Amino acid sequence: MNAPVGWAGLAVSLLLVAVAAGISWWQRLGLQRQILIAAARALVQLLLVGAALTLVIAPGRSIWWSWLWVAAMTGYAATVARRRAPEVPHLLSLALASFTAAAVVTLGVLFGLHVFPLNGRTLVPIAGMMIGNSMTATVLAGRLLTDELRDKRDEVEARLALGQASRQAAAPYVRAALRAALTPQIETTKATGLVFLPGAMTGLILAGTAPLQAVLVQAVVMFLVLAATATTTVVIALGLIRRLFTPDHRLVYLPAPADS
Amino acid sequence: MDERPAVAVELDRVTVVRAGRRVLDGVTARIPAAGITVVTGPSGAGKTTLLRLCNRLEVPDGGRVCYRGRPLDEMDPLELRRRVGMVFQRPAPFPGTVADNLAVARPDAGTGELSTALERVALDPGLLGQEAHTLSGGELQRMCLARTLVTRPETLLLDEPTSALDAEPKLVFEATARDLAARGITIIWVTHDDAQAARVADRIYQLRDGRLAAPTEEVRP
Repeated sequence: MNAPVGWAGLAVSLLLVAVAAGISWWQRLGLQRQILIAAARALVQLLLVGAALTLVIAPGRSIWWSWLWVAAMTGYAATVARRRAPEVPHLLSLALASFTAAAVVTLGVLFGLHVFPLNGRTLVPIAGMMIGNSMTATVLAGRLLTDELRDKRDEVEARLALGQASRQAAAPYVRAALRAALTPQIETTKATGLVFLPGAMTGLILAGTAPLQAVLVQAVVMFLVLAATATTTVVIALGLIRRLFTPDHRLVYLPAPADS
Repeated sequence: MDERPAVAVELDRVTVVRAGRRVLDGVTARIPAAGITVVTGPSGAGKTTLLRLCNRLEVPDGGRVCYRGRPLDEMDPLELRRRVGMVFQRPAPFPGTVADNLAVARPDAGTGELSTALERVALDPGLLGQEAHTLSGGELQRMCLARTLVTRPETLLLDEPTSALDAEPKLVFEATARDLAARGITIIWVTHDDAQAARVADRIYQLRDGRLAAPTEEVRP
């Protein structure tokens, strides 16, 4: 397959960055510098990743390099999740556990049942898609559940005082947080193809793959993301419940975000 | 009648420290099982903390709490909380009807039992099908009391349950509590309202700066 974009094409596309910077200058938004830095940074990051990926998934290279890449992505995503929601206690370890669980489920289905052949070229992008897309849902679920338990402490303690176990007392709030965290992904899945053409499919079509083939890959990716977000959010929620209640069924003190 | 021990809750040199402050400072007391024991004191004196220790929503940093002679840390907290019910200062209705609320306490309770629980707190059993959040403040607080009664507690912890109520619903709540005490339920009632304490108490403890003064015994013979 011939690459449809060469270095010259890339250079020409910088005109589009100039358009964005031009609009900022024209409307006196003061964002020109940020636009240029963002574009330059994205380009450098992508080139570095491209170079690294070329090394990792080169033909003949051991698959273990790809697994190492996936492990590094998982670790990095967990630190990003923690940074985004510092008010959620223990989010680093919970995010690591949830991404690992989602990896076992989704990669297990896709590679274990031979939907894709297992090699570096398939493993790295699929794991990246899975982790990248479930990170937002992970942060959302953790944040929503912590907020619910803090804001509705009266209700939770009233349930505990009636003799409910912590897991039972937390169940309505877990359900609310999971529904809210999963709904955006379900909406996106519903709108796919009608409202927007998703990235994987667009990339494949641009790279010359037949549209039907691209659609099949995209459908698999959507289902992968759906399963991954469901798995990560449920692991985060159940894990958080274990950390936010003591073994003798007391709700721990949860500081407001401003206090933390 | 039942075979109640003389002492319901025993606190032995109980200390609670929160954010470097001694909320309770070596509190020792033997709270009798009979009648209504009122704990009064200014806000911030540690009254609510003292109450929350009795059903293990909090645990002491020092000292020991016993219920009917058994240390709380040796009891199953879920069983303890069904035996020692609590009504909080702010009523916390759960989503759904009054019946849904009562059923949280005991999902297998029949309509007859739920109606009886409402009658015990002077609420019309016809309210069972009504959305809980549409009740008035006084009704809501009594519904919370009924919800607690559904677990058939031996002891009730009342944390300023009438502080947000007007005079009339307040008196209705007090009469309900006296009735429950007369039927053999131990009541430990926290309030900062001295007049209320005088109306309902069989004995009054004063809590000040985390320390408990000796009780005035048998206010009401």
